[in-house]
Parts: sequence; structure tokens; C-alpha cells
Amino acid sequence: MRIKSERDFWSGLMFVVAGAVFAVGATNYSMGPACPPQDPCAAGLWARLSQLSAHPGAGYFPLGLAILLAVLGAIVLFKSLTIESEGGNKIGAFAWRPLVVIVVAIAVFGLMLESVGLALSVPVLIAISSLAGDEFRWKGVVANAVGLMAGSWFIFVWGLKLTIPVWPWFAR
Amino acid sequence: MDLLHNLGIGFGVAFTFQNLLYAFFGAMLGTLIGVLPGIGPVATIAMLLPSTYVLDATPALIMLAGIYYGAQYGGSTTAILINVPGESSLVGTAIDGYQMACQGRAGAALSVAALGSFFAGCVGTIIIAAFATPLTELAFKFGPAEYFSLMVLGLIGAAVLASGSLVKAIAMILLGLLLAQISTDVISSTARYSFDIPQLTDGIGFVVIAVGVFGFGEIISNLGQPAEHREVFTSKVKSLWPTMRDFHEAWPSVLRGTALGSILGVLPGGGALLASFASYTIEKKMTRNPRIPFGKGAIQGVAGPESANNAGAQTSFIPMLTLGIPPNAVMALMVGVMTIKGIQPGPRMMTSDPQLFWGLIASMWVGNAMLVILNLPLISMWIKLLTVPYRYLFPAITLFCCIGVYTLSNSTFDVYLTALFALIGYVFYKLGCEPAPLLLGFILEPMMEENLRRALLLSRGDWGTFVTRPLSAGLLAAAALLIVIVSLPAIDRKREVAFSED
Repeated sequence: MRIKSERDFWSGLMFVVAGAVFAVGATNYSMGPACPPQDPCAAGLWARLSQLSAHPGAGYFPLGLAILLAVLGAIVLFKSLTIESEGGNKIGAFAWRPLVVIVVAIAVFGLMLESVGLALSVPVLIAISSLAGDEFRWKGVVANAVGLMAGSWFIFVWGLKLTIPVWPWFAR
Repeated sequence: MDLLHNLGIGFGVAFTFQNLLYAFFGAMLGTLIGVLPGIGPVATIAMLLPSTYVLDATPALIMLAGIYYGAQYGGSTTAILINVPGESSLVGTAIDGYQMACQGRAGAALSVAALGSFFAGCVGTIIIAAFATPLTELAFKFGPAEYFSLMVLGLIGAAVLASGSLVKAIAMILLGLLLAQISTDVISSTARYSFDIPQLTDGIGFVVIAVGVFGFGEIISNLGQPAEHREVFTSKVKSLWPTMRDFHEAWPSVLRGTALGSILGVLPGGGALLASFASYTIEKKMTRNPRIPFGKGAIQGVAGPESANNAGAQTSFIPMLTLGIPPNAVMALMVGVMTIKGIQPGPRMMTSDPQLFWGLIASMWVGNAMLVILNLPLISMWIKLLTVPYRYLFPAITLFCCIGVYTLSNSTFDVYLTALFALIGYVFYKLGCEPAPLLLGFILEPMMEENLRRALLLSRGDWGTFVTRPLSAGLLAAAALLIVIVSLPAIDRKREVAFSED
């Protein structure tokens, strides 16, 4: 077996896995009212289905959607293994550096903001995220950080009156 | 006469000093971000959403509409001057506009784009005002089953127009619907998929997904591309005014583009993209013996798609305002903002909030007029912005996105979640999964589930209700027809060719 379209193979797999995870998760929730013995809903699958459809529980819709997603994912997966595509539809190299740097920068900003305020978290965010580019020039980064710190205070705190911690906890 | 009366209400709202100011700020901010290379309107709006948090509903929406037009206008500036279309609807403009810029006619291209867009915007505004009332009346005839089927049609329409595989686009819709399931079930108040994290019981904010997937996803993929040193035509924009011959050649294209865009914009999933593609193709066919061939700097290739693009952007408000169903990702963001402001978009809006409804429509015209008046003289400023190195811009964008997400509910949890969605957004980009259908699915989910529930309750659990009610059956048939048409091998090949041009 050979992968004929790399992008479709992995996205198909992603959909199948996501569908499966949501479907398994949905089984933790009620599908709808239980069916007491001698009730007409016990008579057949269809009767039971319409009873559930009329009074769906928390798990009813997620389960249906998740199964549908997994089925579509399987179709994408199947196609990627059977239908030839131009040049194998390669994913290509991941831009690891910008990806990791930006994600880390956002997370660190979230971690720092409430304790040390804009005054310290902004320069850290700018310094970290600047590492994602091709060039890193200290002077430019410092100027950028100072300018943006002042700018974001001016726009968000003074101008838009949003409640964002400005100073670190020890200076409040 | 009703039309005039209603527009009167609208202009009364739009022409207050405060609202004019917000329309102005919106248009400026939108252009400012939209002009940055590689950032399309959806990303621009996602980044600028926080600037509207503190406002009331009406000024917030007026400002957002301004941001939207500004972003589109800024995008065409970038497309013409440095040949980087921020989104696929600008591909036509980029081809011929950039060639014009190379020949020293950047000014003519920019002003034809602006004037064509303004004309299209005016026509679009009148069309919205004229069709809003009858469509709203139609919407009141809809029961839950019809609404559900209409939403299915809208989502399928969006999937059909997404680039790449149809099955993948539908899968992305489903993923969006499932992500929206992470919240508390309305009926049983069971927290679904919350993993005992209290912040997840309220669901994921649409801003988190929009900023993460569109904003950061675009930044990361831009950074991942090798830096190309493109020539920016800063010095060559001298004469802004097009010559008489340019005017003479451009106006038929503007008319055709406007007509085409107005019609295509209303269709589910339509809007700017389809309109500008179709217009470029039609201009190529209709213009006999162009003075300058297409692809080499024909002014018709800028005038047509730009007008179509703007007319489509304008009329795509119609399904959102009258039915409450967003036809594309930009409108989905608008619906999200309305919901935050406590306004239920849909047919009731016109009667319950006439000030907001007509004010928004009138402000569309105001916003378009402002863009022409302000931006043509300011063009040299926008061009300067294009020369700012990207290494200073992207940290600034990252910062504003982070602050915006935090202030949504003053929660650092949202910031972490955004980091996660930035990662997911980049994976989508690498795998060729377009994120717009996901966002549409995510935003429509609560309405869709509620209408589905009600329809099934009324039919005592019989799913047949969707095909036995004629109106609902018709809508579903239309959705099925769309899928069948797009799956036909001949169309499928053409579709791939059309999308691979970008």
C-alpha cells in the first residue's frame, strides 16, 4: 500500500481520529429517555430511534456528528490510497521554528500577563516572537518592544478602558 | 416610499457624529491591517474584534463593517503594488494590477479599483435596502425544519466554494459543529466534553478560534515561506488620476462586475471570491481587442473583479441580516459579535432593532464613501507601511491578537487555548484543509441544533419531516444538487483549475 496523496492521507486520518474521539466521548452522555418495558418504543429499532430523536439527550447530536465525521474521514483516507494525485500532493517541510516560537510566545504571554502586567509581559512577548523571523536585531527588537508597550497601554488601557493589569504585582 | 423612509432612519443613525467617527476608525484600522501583505479580510477582522468590545451594538457593527471594507481595500492595494493577494478573491486584481504598476500606472490601477469599488458599494447598499423587507417576510414563513434545511444549504454552499476537496470541506464543517459541542447542553445542562475544566463548560469563544486559526495560522505560514524581496512601487505612484481613455475602457467592466457581484454575493457560500473569479473570466471573454492584453496590465482586469468583489461583499450581508445565516466567514464573525452584544441576527432584527438594522445598511454606504475620500489621498502613507520590514510587524500583530483574546473575558485560559488553535490552524494549512467552513459550522451550531431539536419534537422524532415539507425538501434538494454538480468529473476538473490559479 502506497500513499498517493500525502495531504489527504493525514487529513483523512485526522478526521477519523477526531470523529472517533468525539464519538467515544459522546457515549458518556445520555442519548435520551430510557425505554421502560412494555412501552411501544421497545417494539423496534425505528420506534426507539424516533423516541430518542424527539427527546434527544446530551450525547445524541455529538454522536451522530462524530460518526458522520469519521465516515467522511474514511472516504478521504480511502481516496488518498487509491487515486493518483499530482506529485503525491506532498505536505512539505514544517516551518518548525516559527510554529514553535509563536505558540510558545503566546503561551508565555498568557502565563505572565496577570502577575507581571503589560509592562513586563509585552517586552517578553516581542523578544520571543521576534525569534521566529529570519533576522533578529537587538536594537530593532528593543525599540519595537518599547514602542508597542507604550502603544498598547495607550490604545487598550487609556483609550479603550479595558481592564488589563499594567504593572507587576510588586509595584501595584 | 418605505424604502426611502427606512433609509432615512438609517442615515439618521449613520450620520451622527459618533457613528461617523466609528465608521472612519473602522475603515482606517481595516486598511492599516489589510494592507499588510498576506493578511486577508477574515484575519484582519479577527485581529481587530477587540477594538469593538467596549462599544454598544450599533457602533460596534458599524465599525466592524468599516473594518471589513477597509481590509478589502487595503488588500487590493497590496495586490496591485507588490503582487501579494491577501486572499484568493484578489487574484485577478493582482495579475493585471501588478502589471499596470510595473508599467508605471499604479496610480490609475489604484484609483480605478477604488472608484469601481465605490460604485459597486453604492449599488450593493441599495440592493440590500430593497431586498431586506421582502426577504424578511419570507423568513417569517419558515418553521424550524425549513430553517434547519436552509442552514444545511448554506453550509454546503460554503463547502462547495472552498478550494480543495469537497469531502474535506464538509468534514471541516462537521469538525466545526463538533467543536461547538464543547459546551453545556441547553436542555439537560450536562457539560459536554469539558474534561472538568470550568472554563470549557461555557464553550470555546469564536474569537479564540478565529484569532488562532486565521490570525496566527496566517502569521506562521507567512513566516514559513522563504523571504522574497519583492519590489514595492513606492516612487512610481505619481499621477493618481486615470486618463480619459482608462475611464472609457473601465466603466463597462465596472457595470458588469457590479451586476455579477450583486447576484453572486447573495448565494450561500458566495460573496467576494466567486464574484471576482467569475468577473475576471467574463471580462476576458467580453472585452474584444483590448488595447493591452489580459495578464499584461489590462485595466478591465482590475475594474471588473474589484467591482464584483465589493458588490459581492456588500450583498453577502443580505442572508446574514434577513435570515441570520452567514454566507461566509466574515459574516460568521459578524454574527458572533451580534450574539456577544445580545442581538439575535435574523428576520426579527428589522422590527426589533430598526435603528441598528438600517443604521448598519446606511453606514455601509458611508464607509465606502470614506474609503474613497480618505484613502486615495492617503495612498502614499499606506505604501510606506508596505516598506516596513515584516520582522517588526508580526510581533506587533501577535501582541494585539493576544491582548484582544485576553480582554474577551479577562481570562488567560483563552490565551492558552488560542496558542493551541494556532498550532491546529497551521496543521490545517499544511494539510490543505480550508478553515472557513469550520468557522461557519462552529458559529451556526447553536442555531442549527435548536432548530433541529424543535423540528424533530414537532414531528415526534420523524426525520422524514425534512423531506415531506415542500419548502424544506426544496432547500435540501438544492443542497444535494450542489454536491452532485460539483462532483461531476468535468466540473470537478474545472474547479480545480480555477482554484489552482492562486
